[in-house]
Order: sequence, then structure tokens, then C-alpha cells
Amino acid sequence: MAKLPIAIPQLVESFGPHLHQTPPGGWTSAEEPDRVVKTHCCFCGQQCGIQLKVKNERIVGFDPWEEFSFNSGKLCPKGVKRYLQGDHPDRLLAPLERAPGKGFRPIDWNTALDRTAAAINRIQAVHGNDAFAVLSGASLTNEKAYLMGKFARVALRTANIDYNGRLCMVSAAAASKKILGYDRAANPWSDIRKSKCILVAGANIAECAPITTDYLWSAREAGAKIIVLDPRMTPIARTVDLYIPVRSGGDIGIFNGMLHVMIERGWIDRAFIDAHTTGFDEVERVVRRYTPEYAAKIAGVPASMIVRAAELWGPAESSFLLHSRGIEHHTKGVDNCMAAINLVVATGRIGREGSGYAMITGQGNGQGAREQGQKCDQLPGHRDIENPAHREHMARVWGVSEATIPHKGLSALEIFEAAHAGTIKGMLLMSFNPMVSLPDQGFIREALEKLEHFAVIDFFLSETARFADVVFPGSLMEEDEGTTTNVEGRVIRHRKVVHPPGEAREDWRIICDLARRVGPKDKFEFDSPRAIFEELRAASRGGASDYYGITWEKIDERQGVFWPCPDLDHPGTPRLYEGGKFAHPDGKAHFQPVEWRPAAEEPDAEYPLTLTSGRVVAHYLSGNQTRRIGALVKQTPEPYCEMHPRLAEKLEVEDGDFVAIESRRGTTTLRAMIVKTIRPDHVFVPYHWPLQRAVNNCTIRAIDPVSKIPEFKICAVRVKRASRPTDENVQLGPEAGGLR
Amino acid sequence: MSELAFFIDYSRCIGCRSCVQACEECDTHRGTSMIHLETIERRNTVQTAPQMCMHCEDPICARVCPADAIKQTPDGVTQSSLKPRCIGCENCVMSCPFGVPKYEASIDQMMKCDYCYDRTSTGKKPMCATVCPSQALTFATREEVERTRRGRAINEWKFGDEIVRTKVFVLVPLATERIDVGLTALRTKKNGPEARVPSDDVAALLENEVLP
Ligand code: SF4
Ligand code: SF4
Ligand code: SF4
Repeated sequence: MAKLPIAIPQLVESFGPHLHQTPPGGWTSAEEPDRVVKTHCCFCGQQCGIQLKVKNERIVGFDPWEEFSFNSGKLCPKGVKRYLQGDHPDRLLAPLERAPGKGFRPIDWNTALDRTAAAINRIQAVHGNDAFAVLSGASLTNEKAYLMGKFARVALRTANIDYNGRLCMVSAAAASKKILGYDRAANPWSDIRKSKCILVAGANIAECAPITTDYLWSAREAGAKIIVLDPRMTPIARTVDLYIPVRSGGDIGIFNGMLHVMIERGWIDRAFIDAHTTGFDEVERVVRRYTPEYAAKIAGVPASMIVRAAELWGPAESSFLLHSRGIEHHTKGVDNCMAAINLVVATGRIGREGSGYAMITGQGNGQGAREQGQKCDQLPGHRDIENPAHREHMARVWGVSEATIPHKGLSALEIFEAAHAGTIKGMLLMSFNPMVSLPDQGFIREALEKLEHFAVIDFFLSETARFADVVFPGSLMEEDEGTTTNVEGRVIRHRKVVHPPGEAREDWRIICDLARRVGPKDKFEFDSPRAIFEELRAASRGGASDYYGITWEKIDERQGVFWPCPDLDHPGTPRLYEGGKFAHPDGKAHFQPVEWRPAAEEPDAEYPLTLTSGRVVAHYLSGNQTRRIGALVKQTPEPYCEMHPRLAEKLEVEDGDFVAIESRRGTTTLRAMIVKTIRPDHVFVPYHWPLQRAVNNCTIRAIDPVSKIPEFKICAVRVKRASRPTDENVQLGPEAGGLR
Repeated sequence: MSELAFFIDYSRCIGCRSCVQACEECDTHRGTSMIHLETIERRNTVQTAPQMCMHCEDPICARVCPADAIKQTPDGVTQSSLKPRCIGCENCVMSCPFGVPKYEASIDQMMKCDYCYDRTSTGKKPMCATVCPSQALTFATREEVERTRRGRAINEWKFGDEIVRTKVFVLVPLATERIDVGLTALRTKKNGPEARVPSDDVAALLENEVLP
């Protein structure tokens, strides 16, 4: 039974998060390193090049890697301090099993693997294959992501595998595929610098994709106009040409309203639309209603801003759309993205230098990890799990019969709902921390507690791993090798810098060890990540994300290779859709008409405010890694509730006062941060913290019908002044979920 | 090709503190950052400003040092205080027009940016300017900066009657020849040239909206 073995403060005492402040060997240790290894940062989809310094087989510091052209040495604070996760006192050094009343006790590898294998066999024998679920992550290398998919479908034969990219990229992916054909940024980042008009929709670039800032600013120096849509005035928004403080969930008003004005003023490319697209008539019919005045009501901004946006974007010589979670984390996330992409296709400004489109991936391998077959509805190479030809192909690669490959399974949040309902009985989880990251935390905890067996692979005992029956100590990115695919669709290589500490093992070895115990033995005889990559190449061959022509040598020679790369002498494809050739079978872009609809829960008399959530630059996702790095915790120790002075005045709240944020699902009590840079009808809380300090206690368990992404960006709350909380965890360090 | 120089463009800064975190990782003073990030006034704005040593041509900090602990290199870099000499009197802290030197009580010594001398003297870029994601801090040739940036690079400051020339350049709007106020204007923003405070108020942008 997946229950906490002891109280949280005791677990924190043994497993952290504790702060790692100084490098191993002290501050002078990096002066004469034994070696310096060129690799990449693990903390976001930009995948900046970085060099790590090694002394006595421990990582002691970093040096910029200026020759790597994507970031030319630039790094955000997470990249600078990432080396401190190595040699961390909280690292898991041996497999653990839950010891109720005592915590966790170390066990040997065979015992641990046998226990989980036996639980899988038992659960599947009694309740069917699908009763055991696999949850994976988008911070994993392509090789590990591929292996997780194969493990679920070939070893466990469960339909229920999904990943935390479900909280991240899926709305963008679905929209891009529907209109353009591929699920990938359409252009390399170098095109941003050459664009004359850039629309940034729901992307806090300064904090979530910091390296992209220089790309934006250099476009601006060359004369680009920049438009930003965000309910908060982000650091980027402050100095741009047009900042539109759209209300959360009102984006379609802006996009459809802009298109309305553009059609009226002749700022669309009819010749391009006729030659290269389908479905524009229907879009035109829909947006006819979206006059600036009508659209402004939806967007919650003055109509003049929508007109101004159309004036900047419509007649521009070249243009670039960038969007991310701000428009994607909605029950209409796919629609939001489609309405934005319609603006790109209607001008024909795509597939050219300086003109195009990109979704900004969030997680380290947000792009690649969704291509290799660990999504509940996809097989490797972006293949469709319900397409008979695609299934046949994978059956051949895996050497299994097509009939044994499971069909479409449940998405991440649905897997927890099934666990809550009792139809899923067991779970293996890696690279995912739902006890911070999923909405409606109270429900997620109940779901976990109902599992008969819960196994976790992680390098730290995350808030979720505390519920595990068995914990397998895995590896950091720098303790293994493999490839990732960056925000641009460029496949790059992470190098092994040091070995995993103690008895910890590379994740792929753990998966193979488990697979050999529960599935066909001969299918998991990999001896290295490279061997997995070779199979991945063949598996992706002929698929949309074709890696067949990519080798590790080629990656090294060319500073990465952009997929699709169908054969060995192919140079890769940095820019998609050149010459107006789209990736649908008819070669055309397929416009999608979009009507605005309300969020699952809009503010009302009882809960009158909109709660929105997001990231800060010092932390990565659920914080399992960054809340253990002293310098990053110092930069942003704890979450807070941003509110406008007008709202604060009404609530009689002063800066630094505690406020209780209450929704129909739960509460979190935090300090208020009073800022003019947010809409007065919204409050904002960053989401990297657990327990009573998790904004996801309040967020809503509602998902987009197509992408299944949760609606993190809007739900209804009320906020009131509170006294300092007195719960059992409040005395912990803020990195653990306490308050200073 | 002309020499590489240091340029600051405050309008680019996104407040990420990468410069501060990376400065702390430099071999000569690892564990202590010598660059500071000023948060203007978070209530009103997200604007921030990095503050490093400007490396004055005629450094007042060195002039006022009674122990002669602050040295200038022949190539114009004003170094941090020398360990055995610095008596912790804080004269430099008080005299610097840019408010740069900081007294470190734990070591009873003044610490300040030394232009990453270990790096720059061997042809490498300073740590902060290398990592800065927005390139608000940049280390490049003057030609490159003039080719790729819109503003003008100036290194002349007027404090009252005194003209101070610095090794470090600041990018300003084209019409500006010299900066007549100290960075205090940037820091307090009360009378900054652009007076951005009202436009950073989101409520002010939402004319007819029904708001709380
Ligand atoms: S977190 Fe992202 S932007 Fe920051 S250094 Fe790492 S890869 Fe670069
Ligand atoms: S900026 Fe201040 S610390 Fe730097 S050289 Fe000038 S006076 Fe000295
Ligand atoms: S690294 Fe650059 S953008 Fe970030 S705070 Fe420092 S100067 Fe500003």
C-alpha cells in the first residue's frame, strides 16, 4: 500500500531536500580540474551547451561552452549551479523499501527488482495487463524515453503508459500537427533574430526560456516589433512595442480579433492561402464575428490593443510566433494554439528565413521525449498507436506480433483517476513528481494511497517517491550518456561526466533489469544507450520524427542534427515547410476554425478571482532537483502570491502578509507579494513547491479534450488575509515546503 | 580588430541573476559574487539593473585608499583590494560614485569586481558577460556593438562638477553624449529619463475593464 511510512518532517530529515551549498572539495576544487567535459544543461528545453569540471571523479564546477552556437556560453542561474546536484548529500545510494513506522530501509538490487517484478506479475495476472501503469518523464534522454515505451508495450503489455510531457507540450503538439503536419518548432532559433515582427503568446521567456531573450533582443535591435500577451507584465513585456495584458483564457479573443482586422484590411496572403492551404473559408466565417470590440470582451483588454496588434503583425515583412504554456495549459489549450497558428498561415509567412513559428518546449527533452513512444497514444517516430501500418512497423522492429501491442491508453491525469477509481492497481514512475506537479493535490494523494504496488526510479527521494513501496536509485543526466532534442528540433548529445554514486545505476539498466524479469528476455539485451539509439533510429525510420540518418558522430560534427533526417547523407532539416510544403499527405496546411469557450471554472461571486500559476527562473519543474541547490533556493526560497495593489487594498493585505488562497479543491497559505505588474483580477503563484505550499492544492482537475493537458492556468479562487500557518510542515525549510 | 570591451545595456536586463550566480563561480573569488543586481522597486516594476565595477580611468576608490590596497593594472583594470594591505576602512565603499565596493565583514576586507582579470588577461570573456542570457552584459569589440546595437556606447559620467571616464561602457539612447546623473537615478528611478513607472502598472492599461 502506497502510504507514507513516517511523518513528513522525519522523511525530510533523512532524505531532504537539504541544501547543497559548496562544491565537493570546497570552493578551490575547480581550479585545476582533472578534466572538463562538454555536455548540455538538463534544466529546460533550450539544452544549453555547458562544460562540467571534474576533480577526483566528482563534478566540482562549470565553465561556459562558448563554441556551442545555440547559446554561445550563455546560461541561466540553473545552468550555472546545476553541477551542485552531483555529490549531493540527499542522493539515493541504494535501493530502498518502505518500512512502516521507520521510514525506508536499504535493500539489495535483486531483492528490490524481484519485489517489483513479483508485484507486476501478480497485479497483471489478477486484474489484467492494463492494471499496471507506467509514468515517465520528458527530462529523460531519447534513449530512455524510447526504452520506457518499449518496456510498457513489450515487457508489460500495458496500454497505460504516459509521461509528464502531458503537463507541458501536448496542446502545442496537437495544434501544430493538425494545422502544419509536424509536431516541432518550424524554424531554427537563428530565424528569430531575422524576424521583423515577433508575437510572444503566453511565454515568460525571461524566466522559463532565458536564453531566448538574446534572440528576441537582437531581433529588436535590427528593427523587429515585439508583441507580448500575458496577464503579468513579465521582464520581456516591460520594454516591448505592444504588451497586451490579456486575461487568462482570453487569448482566442486576441488571435481571432487580429485575424478579423487583418482580413478586413487585406493583410492576409490570398495567393498563399489558395495554393498551400485548406479550410480558410470556415476560419474566415468564424472570425467575422470577432470584431475588435467583441474580441476585446473575451480577452479582457481594450479593443485598441487588438487593432494595434493586427497593425504590427498584419503587414510585417517577416514574422515569428512563439508560444508556450500560458496559452497551452487550458481546457481549450489546443484551440488557443490553433487560433495562434492560423495567424501565421494566413500571412503565408512560414518556411522562410525569419518567418515561422515555434512552441517553446519546457522540459529538458520536452521535444524528443514525446517522439519516442512513451505517450499513451503514440509509438516511436511520432507514430499513431491506432494506425495499423504504424503498428505493423513497430511490431517488425520489436519482433513481436502486431496484436500484442496494446492500443491507446490513458493519459497522465486519467491514470491517477483510474488509480483513484481502483482500476489501476500498480505503477512504476520515473522522472515525474506528481505530488507537486499535478492539479488537485488532495485527489492525487488519495489515488497514490490506493495503489497496491508503487515503484519509483529517482535519484532523490521526491515528494512522490515518499509514497513508494520500492525505490530504485537512478542516475542524473551527467551520470549517463544519450541524446536529447532541443527546443528547435536539434538532436544533441549529453556525455557521461561521472559514474552514478554508490549503488545507484543508470536508469536504462534498471528498466532493462526489470524488463528481463517480467517480459520476453531477449528484447532488452541492450549493453549501452548507444545500442538503444541504434534501435530508436530504425524505429523512427519513415515516421514523422525520422532519426534514421542521425548518428552520434554526426551530432558531434555538426553541433546537433535537426530531424527529419531520413538517411545517412541527409544534412537534417533545420527549417520545416520551405516552399509552402506542409507535412500533411496533401502537402497543404489545414486551417482550423476556433471559437472561444469559457474555462472549466471561471471566477464567480463565491470565488471571484482568477488563479494562474507558472515558473520562476531559479527552479525547474517540481523542484525535486533545484530545491536542493543552495544558491537557487537562496534566489527564490519559497512561493508567494502576486497581487495588484488595488486588489491588496480591497483585501486589506500588506506586502509580506500571509494570505490564504482557497479554491473548491483546496487551500495554500503564502506570503503576499504586492506588484503592479499583474492584472488586478488575477493572482499568480509559482508552482515548484510541495505540501501545504503547493499551488496545485487549488488548481483544477480539468483537461483539454484533445491534448488531455490540465488547466493549470485558470481556476477560480478567493483570497483572504491569514495568520501564519501552523501545520506540521511549516517549520521545515522553505525548500521542503515550510515557510521562513 | 580593436580590443574587446565591456558594455552594459540596462534595457536588456531580465533580472535572472545569472551574472551574480556565475560571478560566484569564478576561480579567484569562488563563493562570493562581486557583481550585484539591483531590483529597482518590485512593487512598481520588474526592472532590474546589474551593478559591476565600472573601472574608472582614474579610480577614486584607489585614490582614497589609505593603505594603497587597490591597484590599477597597466591595461586599466582596477583590482579588488589586496589581501594583506586592506584594513577594512571602507573609504572606497563611501567614495565610489557607482556604489560598487562592498566590505566583507567575514574576511575584514573590501571585495569588488576585478574584470575577471584571470579570464580577461588571457583573452577570455568575463564570467558574467559570457553567461548573461539577455546580453545586457556583453564583452565585444566596439565595432561589433555599434553594428548590432541601436544605442550609443558611452563611458563618460558627470557627477556634479566631476567628469568620470570608465573602462566599462553603457549603452544609452542615441542622443545621449554623457550621463549626468549617477546610477542612483536608475536605482531609485524617481527621475529616470523614461519614467516608466506608470506603464508598468497593468491596471493603467486596462481602461474600461471591470476590475476589483
Ligand atoms: S535551464 Fe535552460 S536556459 Fe537555463 S542554462 Fe539550462 S538549458 Fe540554458
Ligand atoms: S567604479 Fe567604483 S570601485 Fe570601480 S574603479 Fe570606479 S571608483 Fe573604483
Ligand atoms: S545575467 Fe544579465 S539579464 Fe540576468 S540579471 Fe545579470 S545582467 Fe541581468
